[in-house]
Formats: sequence, structure tokens, C-alpha cells
Amino acid sequence: MFGSLKVRSIFALVVILVAVFYLVPTMTSELPEFWEKKLPKDKIHLGLDLQGGMHLVLEVEADKAIEATLERTSVDLKEALMDKRIRFRRLERTANQTLSVELPDSASRMAFEKSLRESYPDLEILSAETVEGVERVSLGMNEKRKEEIRKLAIEQSLETIRNRVDQFGITEPEIVPQGKDRILIQLPGIKDPARAKSLIGKTALLEFKLVDEEHSLEEALRGSVPEGDIIAYERKIDPMSGKSVEVPYLLKGKAMLTGDALENAQVKISDRFGEPHVALKFNARGAADFERITGENVKKRLAIVLDGIVHSAPVIQEKISGGQAQITGSFTMDEARDLAIVLRAGALPAPVKILEERTVGPSLGKDSIDMGIWSSVIAGILVIAFMIFYYRLSGIVADIALVLNLILLMGAMAAFKATLTLPGIAGIVLTIGMAVDANVLIFERTREELRTGKTPRAAIDAGYNKAFLTILDSNVTTLVAALFLFGFGTGPIKGFAVTLTIGIIVSMFTAIVVTRIIFDYFIWNRKISSISI
Amino acid sequence: MEIIKSETHFNFVAMMKMAAIASLVYILIGIGSIFWHGGLNFGIDFAGGTLIQIRFSGETSVEKLRQVFKSIGLENSIIQEFGPHEMVVRIPVTNVDLKGLSGQVENALQGAYGQGATEIRRLESVGPKVGRDLTRKALLAIIFSWIGILVYVGFRFEFRYALGGIIALIHDVLVTIGTLSLLNKEFDLNIVAAMLTIIGYSINDTIVIFDRIRENTRKNMKMPLMDVINLSVNQTLSRTILTSFTVLIVLVVLFFFGGSVIHDFAFTLLVGCLAGVYSTVFIASPIVLAFERIRPSRMKGKK
Repeated sequence: MFGSLKVRSIFALVVILVAVFYLVPTMTSELPEFWEKKLPKDKIHLGLDLQGGMHLVLEVEADKAIEATLERTSVDLKEALMDKRIRFRRLERTANQTLSVELPDSASRMAFEKSLRESYPDLEILSAETVEGVERVSLGMNEKRKEEIRKLAIEQSLETIRNRVDQFGITEPEIVPQGKDRILIQLPGIKDPARAKSLIGKTALLEFKLVDEEHSLEEALRGSVPEGDIIAYERKIDPMSGKSVEVPYLLKGKAMLTGDALENAQVKISDRFGEPHVALKFNARGAADFERITGENVKKRLAIVLDGIVHSAPVIQEKISGGQAQITGSFTMDEARDLAIVLRAGALPAPVKILEERTVGPSLGKDSIDMGIWSSVIAGILVIAFMIFYYRLSGIVADIALVLNLILLMGAMAAFKATLTLPGIAGIVLTIGMAVDANVLIFERTREELRTGKTPRAAIDAGYNKAFLTILDSNVTTLVAALFLFGFGTGPIKGFAVTLTIGIIVSMFTAIVVTRIIFDYFIWNRKISSISI
Repeated sequence: MEIIKSETHFNFVAMMKMAAIASLVYILIGIGSIFWHGGLNFGIDFAGGTLIQIRFSGETSVEKLRQVFKSIGLENSIIQEFGPHEMVVRIPVTNVDLKGLSGQVENALQGAYGQGATEIRRLESVGPKVGRDLTRKALLAIIFSWIGILVYVGFRFEFRYALGGIIALIHDVLVTIGTLSLLNKEFDLNIVAAMLTIIGYSINDTIVIFDRIRENTRKNMKMPLMDVINLSVNQTLSRTILTSFTVLIVLVVLFFFGGSVIHDFAFTLLVGCLAGVYSTVFIASPIVLAFERIRPSRMKGKK
């Protein structure tokens, strides 16, 4: 096809040597020193289904971030209105993303709208009506701002989860955004998937809230929660029965301080009981705030709330300066460590939901690899034996091509850093079956030509030339299918498409170029009267 | 050696009517069985839900495991034995939060069997939203691969060849889906991958015969297309059977030694490859012939 036999042989040899080079690191665990420095040292990358690990797809509930922002704005707005002495009634968050407010007369409505324009450009009036002299206005956040919050929520979640996973100590994690509001996480070789999941999925919103002691908790539990207050629970394990009980608290809705004000969080062991707790250190601004808050509220109780659950609510004995606090509770060492990690990494701006989870234990992955190797070996031996049985010496030539095909396929996978998955192994085994196809086509064609009375050399020439177009057309159509498999496939299927694609290309090279070299070499300058085919 | 004699003269075209009827009947039975089962048996990839594969160090029974799952409120789980000392539990879509599910199951198992006596080897959970996405992508993959092949074959050969090839492919996919439904096999992402492989493989086979038809038409301008097709299918018969044979060897090996996870995947490929060989010989070329009768080719008209 191209050039002399010599040129083709050198070309094929170079291709094979390059493939072997890339394969060496996968085959041996100990590389000589000079190899480590200069030559390829990546092993074939195994998918999570082969090496074990966890695959997660999370959805960031970005709308919750919008609601939270709106909630904060409403608290803010309330204070601003009171400061400006604008009379209003019932400022509250009604539907998920709207605020509603009632104003007693049109004068206060004018003042309200004015201050809205001046200080709250993000809010817009959705509708307004007058019912029996009362002006009822409903407010929403404008689209541009909503979009900003959504985008920011995804970016921040990504960053926060990356931080958490890094601190948890997992090698080669993959954390990437997917689509509009999803995050794809791959954690290879993870030992405790449940713990990793809680670490990643925890919102970790830390809030300090005052306990409302002016109103009755009993009445609030019966349904009349005072304006601006919330009920939150503390979970305790009853030491006698071992059952968990929930202790209710009536808290002021406004968070005095949040996890944003933290500089560090560490696990400490308390001296008295040897129980772990998490020691918090505020940053400069947080420390100043904490000092002021504790100073203003001596003898009151300050609840430490994490994701809506009260962890403790100690009485403030005196003004606390120095910016230190701690979260106690009946933690195990791992729980305390994970809590410290999530607090250090910061809160997720919005809760996340797990949409998809795939976890494979390391033992199943190892079994799959073993079975893959066995299937390949058995299938390989059977096909090799059949080809020799059917085509004699020519069968051996096809078998050489088959073995080279596998070496090139694996080498290419290592070189392109493609991921080998379980369906990928099936793809390799299938390649063994299909790789000989090109040679079958050529050999059958050659036999036909021999029957017409051509000399062996002419028959081989004709066989290769006539089969070439057929092989090209049939393989390109298979490639078309493989490309769509790659384009639309997910996870392991993509891995299968990769091996199939590489397998097709490589098999064309070995079956057409390499076997031709072997035939040409034996026929070169020889007058042979018959070939073993 | 030769298994297939060099000069076979089977009249494949004559068998075409019978083959078409047989295929149609089988496909109808398959579709009927889909309705009979109330739809395909979709795996969690498409239907959503959770699959847990558990290995036990000792003996256990499906009944005992069912009690364990009942204790955590998952009584509608489907439990199956899965090889020695292994069980697979399928939990339909629930409102149970995925964050806590695996921990809950692990605790319940430890409570019932003791520490270290069980191992969760695989856990796959797919929410309904992702399930819909995966279904859409799988359908798109199959349809676009058909279009891609149609365009390529139409470009390399003629449009009626492309159409014959595609109808053969649709035939293969329908036969495979029908067989899976008849045996009530689970339909998941791996099966879709198998289906796309079948599409790639079957068209490969078909192209080889089309290629020969194209060559023979040029060589024997006066021969009627029916005879050209018969000649071409017979000439390529040994190759068709040989290649299918090596692929089948490999698939049988995968089926028996590939492991539990790959088992259904290999089975689907086996069915699909058999359907592929059959459709290559009996469906694809006769369709080209049928189109020839409706509208003779321009190529022949030129002389």
C-alpha cells in the first residue's frame, strides 16, 4: 500500500514498540528508575466499577438559596421599616419566592415604595391591591438577581464540596459540574461510603440563635408561635432507655452569627470525660460580634443550631472575648472529625439532593477484573485455535495479528488515558472475536482468487485489494455506531465505546498492514507454488 | 480446510417471503409479550430505584433477608439470589432520602447477621429525574446511530441499500427486545450498550454483502438483480458464517465466565448477533430487491 516492504515494516514496528512502551507500567509494579523519570508511567486507568468506589450525582437545590436570601432580606427589611417609622403589618414570606406586606394607608405605601427603590434594588413589586383601605403588596426578587444567586450557589457548592473531599483525604477525586444544576462526584477506592455521603451532603449551616424566654414554649408548641420565632429541636439519647428523644426549644428567628464568621474548627477532647467536641475559632469580625452579642445577652441562653437542629443551648454567664466557642454533644470521634471538616470547609449555600449513586465495593471490582482476564484468555485461546485449524499457516498469521491487536489496544488505552470499565472489558473480549473478521474477509477472498487459477502471489494481492474497501466500509459503519455510544453514553458505557472504537481502528491496522507485511516477507523474491490457507 | 463448500447455490431470495413472515410473527409475539407483561421490565437505570448486592459469609435465606428489609420499612423490595452466598435486593423508588439509605441498610444487616458477616458489594441508586434523563439519552443514542448509518451507507452505496440496512437493524433491535421481554429479562443501561453493539456489528455484516452485490452488479450488467443477490450472498456465505462463529465463541465464553454483572449483557449480544446474521442474509438484501421492483435503479439504467 504505502512504499516498500522495508518502510512498512519499520512503521509497524515503531507503532508496536510505542504501544509496548505505554503498556509496561501496567504490566509491572516496579519500574526501573530511568523509566520513572523519562518514559510513560501511567497505568491503564480503571473505572469505579473495577477498582471500587463511589459515583454520585448531586442536585443543588438552588431555589432554596433564593428562598434563604429572601428570608434574610425580609428580616432586614423589617428592621429598616421600623427604623424609618413606616407603619406596616404582617411582613412575611408567603409562597416560596414571594414576600407579602400589608400597609395601613397610601401614605405609608408611598414611603414604603420609596425606601424599596432606594435600598432594595433586588426586590420588585409583583402585585398590589387595596382591600378595605389596606394596601396589600407582594414582592419578589428580580430574575437577574435570582439567576445570579443560582449560579453562585452552584459554584460555591462545587468549591465547598471540593474542600470537604480534599480534607477527608481521598486520592484522585473527580468533582465536576454537570448540566445546569448538578455536580458529578467520583471517589475511587472509598472505604466508608455512608460517611463520605453524609460529609458531602451535609449543608452544615451553623447558626447562633437566642432562646426566646419571654414567651411560653408550651403555647408555641400548641400552635401560636410568636411573630419572628421558630421552634427547633435538640436530639438526645436517653442514657436509661437508649432511645433518642427530641427536646423542643423556642428560638428567635434571627441568626445572631453564622458559620461564615468561623476561622477554624478543630476536634478537641474534653478533659473531664474524654469526650470529643468541636472547638470553634471566630475570625476577627466574628470574634467582635460574638463579644458584643454575649455582652448584651448575659444570663440569656444562646442556642447553637446546625442545619436546623439544636446542638446545645448554654446560658451566657458573662461577656465572652477572644472569639472561642465549642460545640458539644455525644459525638463519636469520626462524627466530631467530620463536623470539624464541614465547618472548616464552610456551609453549602443550598441543600443538595442525591440524584444518583453507584457504589462498588473493592472485592466486586477485583472479581470483575479476574473474570475479565479469564474470559479474555479462554476466548483468545479458542479463537486462535480455530483460526489455525481452519486456515493453517495463514491462520497463524491472523493470530499474530490478533495478539498484536490486543497489545495495541491496551497500549492505546494507556496512552490516551482512557478509562477501562467492566463493559469495556466485554468490549475487549468482543474485539477478540471481531478482530479476526478482517482477516477472514481477506483469506476467503484469496481462496476465491486461487480457485480462479491465479498464482499465490497474485491471489494474495487480489485478496487484499478487493477486501480492503469492504473492510473499510463495514468498519466505518461500526465506528458510526460506536461514536453515538460515546456521545450519549454515561459512565461505564462510555468506557465500552472507547474500547470498541480503539479496537476497530487497531484491528484494521493489524489485519491489513501487519498481516500483509508477513505475507509479503515470505513471498518476497520466492517462487512458491502454493500457500497454506 | 473448508466447512462451507466453495460453490453453494442456495436460493436465498426464494426463501425471503417465508423469512419475512417468520420475522414478523416473532416480532409480533415479542411486542405482544411486552403488552402481556405490562411494559418492559425496566431496571433501576430507567425506572429509578435502588439495587443492593449483598454477600453473606454464611448461609441465609431470601425469607430472612426480607424480614430485615421489612424492619426498616422496605417491605416492597424484590429479593433474588445472585450466585452463591449473594443476594440482590431491588428497592423501587421511595421517598426515603438517598443520603441515609445505605447506612440504614448496613445497620439493619449488622443487627440481623452480626458484625462483618455481610458485605455490601454494590449499591446503585437512581432518582426518577436521572432515570428519565438516561432513558432519553438511550433512545437518542439508538435513533441517531440509525440516522448516522443511514447517511453513511446512503453516501457510500445507494439510498435503497441504506434503507435495507436500516430495516435489518430495526429488525435486530425488535427481535432482541422481544426476546428479552419474552424471558422477562431486566432492561438497563448495559442492555442499551449491547443493543448499540448489535447495531454496529449487524451493519458490519450487511455491508460486506452489499459490497459484494455492488461489485457483482458492475461485473454482470445483464444479470437480474435477484440473481446477483443470490450469487453475492452465496459467495460471502462462508465469511458470514466464520465471523459469526468466532464472535459467538467469544460471546458464549463471556456468557459463562464473564461474571454475574456481565451475564445479561452477554446474553443480549448473543441474541442480537444471531438476529444480525439472520437479518443480513434474509432481510437486508431482499429489501433492496423489493425497492428495485418498485423503482429500478439509475445505475442499471445507464448501462
